[in-house]
Amino acid sequence: MSDRRTLQIKQMSAHPGPIPGGAPGEEVQRDYEVCKLIDTTICIGCKACEVACVEWNDMPFSATTFDNTYQTMPETRWNFWNLIKFNEHQREDGTIQWLMRKDQCMHCADPGCLRACPADGAIVQYTNGIVDFQQENCIGCEFCVSGCPFNIPKFNGTTKKVYKCTLCSDRVGQGLEPACIKACPTGCLKFGSKDDMKFIAQTRAKQLHDNFGFEKAGVYDPPSIGGTHVIYVLHDATQPEIYGGLPSNPQIPWSYTIWKWLAKPVLGTFTLFGLLGVFMHYVMVGPRRPQPEPLEKEAADGNRG
Amino acid sequence: MGTAVERFDDKARELFDGLGQNRVYEGELLRHRVYTRFLHWMVALWFFLALFSGFGIYLPWLFRWFTPIFGGGALSRSLHPWFGVAFVFFFGLQMLNWIKLMKWTQADTNWMRNLRNVVSGEEKLEPPDTGFFNAGQKAQFWEIVGGCVVYLITGIVLWAGAPVFGRIAVAVSYVLHDLSALVMLGGIFIHIYLSTIGEPGTLQAMIRGGVSEAWAWTFHPAWFQQVTGRDPRKAYEDALRRIRAGEKRS
Repeated sequence: MSDRRTLQIKQMSAHPGPIPGGAPGEEVQRDYEVCKLIDTTICIGCKACEVACVEWNDMPFSATTFDNTYQTMPETRWNFWNLIKFNEHQREDGTIQWLMRKDQCMHCADPGCLRACPADGAIVQYTNGIVDFQQENCIGCEFCVSGCPFNIPKFNGTTKKVYKCTLCSDRVGQGLEPACIKACPTGCLKFGSKDDMKFIAQTRAKQLHDNFGFEKAGVYDPPSIGGTHVIYVLHDATQPEIYGGLPSNPQIPWSYTIWKWLAKPVLGTFTLFGLLGVFMHYVMVGPRRPQPEPLEKEAADGNRG
Repeated sequence: MGTAVERFDDKARELFDGLGQNRVYEGELLRHRVYTRFLHWMVALWFFLALFSGFGIYLPWLFRWFTPIFGGGALSRSLHPWFGVAFVFFFGLQMLNWIKLMKWTQADTNWMRNLRNVVSGEEKLEPPDTGFFNAGQKAQFWEIVGGCVVYLITGIVLWAGAPVFGRIAVAVSYVLHDLSALVMLGGIFIHIYLSTIGEPGTLQAMIRGGVSEAWAWTFHPAWFQQVTGRDPRKAYEDALRRIRAGEKRS
């Protein structure tokens, strides 16, 4: 690609008119779509990525719930963007499989949060695929929460803003890999171009299939939302739900597509035509006055005084 | 409905008559008492605050210039539900105040069938069975009642959000909330038009409470007959005769 702009903004929530140019870091960015590869088959559940995420993003740590598992908390929080989900899965033959999946923002190619967002510029998608929340533009309506098929955006009741994983856009913008990748000790996490990561993932899935007897091994990169910029290698790609509720067919509610982008502006404008309608009624038909109408003479009377 | 509601309304009307005044002059009739007017303008105030704070959330593409009025997008968003609650509260009181007058009758069905002539301006005088409220006003009243129910249910879902009600409930509520607002906004355009320039002499009913007798026999003849005991048609013809006589004299 000759166009060397990746943290150049590609999409912006609720933005009127064209996307402004001159993005931060122009000319110094990686010039391809980035991707994080998570190989769940190599994850050992050490949670180094959780710590690295909290550290790099300088998040205050808060008390958590212990539910007799290894999982740090039930789900991600506004100040905890990266969570290893632990699941014990019983296979058909009765054996137990211990599944660990790093849960965070998937950075969808077609982000439901961005579609749902009514605040101009509160959610942006860069050309490198990173979906980033701009809290200064966020109005705290939480529509993004309902737009997201992965239950990722989390609301902070004090600041009234929504937060989530940035895929370390601040690091990526400077040519570094995300903090979680840097911390991973097993090579379970990899970061690079989407094409490269997809290739590595597929190679690994094939290896799992051919050499290790995982017949349903595969890559999770759901096409229903145009693919994601975080992809998984799963032992069983046919039922991603067993990995702590990863949806096999993630969907954006239809209302955010049809209603918001089409019916809403059309119907809104149509309603405003109502204003024109009553004005034209006044001009063409005229008001209904109390009957009988007074004669013009009376106005002349007023003039005399 | 019950006597409890009636007793509450009577008490409120009495209380508010003591707080304000009903100014009616010679040749006029009292239409709206202080309590009704107070409620009407409270409903209007909170409706428009909710409407304008909602615009910026509804379609910022077109209405982002509304949000600075409320101190920015985030504040618009956090104030909007409270405006809505106040609107529904005051409209609820107005509903109790008016519900008896808003009962749909055969006369209203006939009025609706005749809507074309009303809109085209061919019908100068309302049909003699048009009472305190005509069918158009009743239709709008019931639309707002329905709208308030929709606002309240969907509004609570949107307020608490996806973590409480789930993402599909929010996505559906969001459409219904908007649709309800659009229908109500369309109705409000007509309401404001007819009560000001569309039917002159109407606005004062909501300002100081009085309307002219001519206004009453033209737009609400059955009500005119009820309060004055005179025949509205005859009153109109007498007035017409007086005007014509005056015309000849000069």
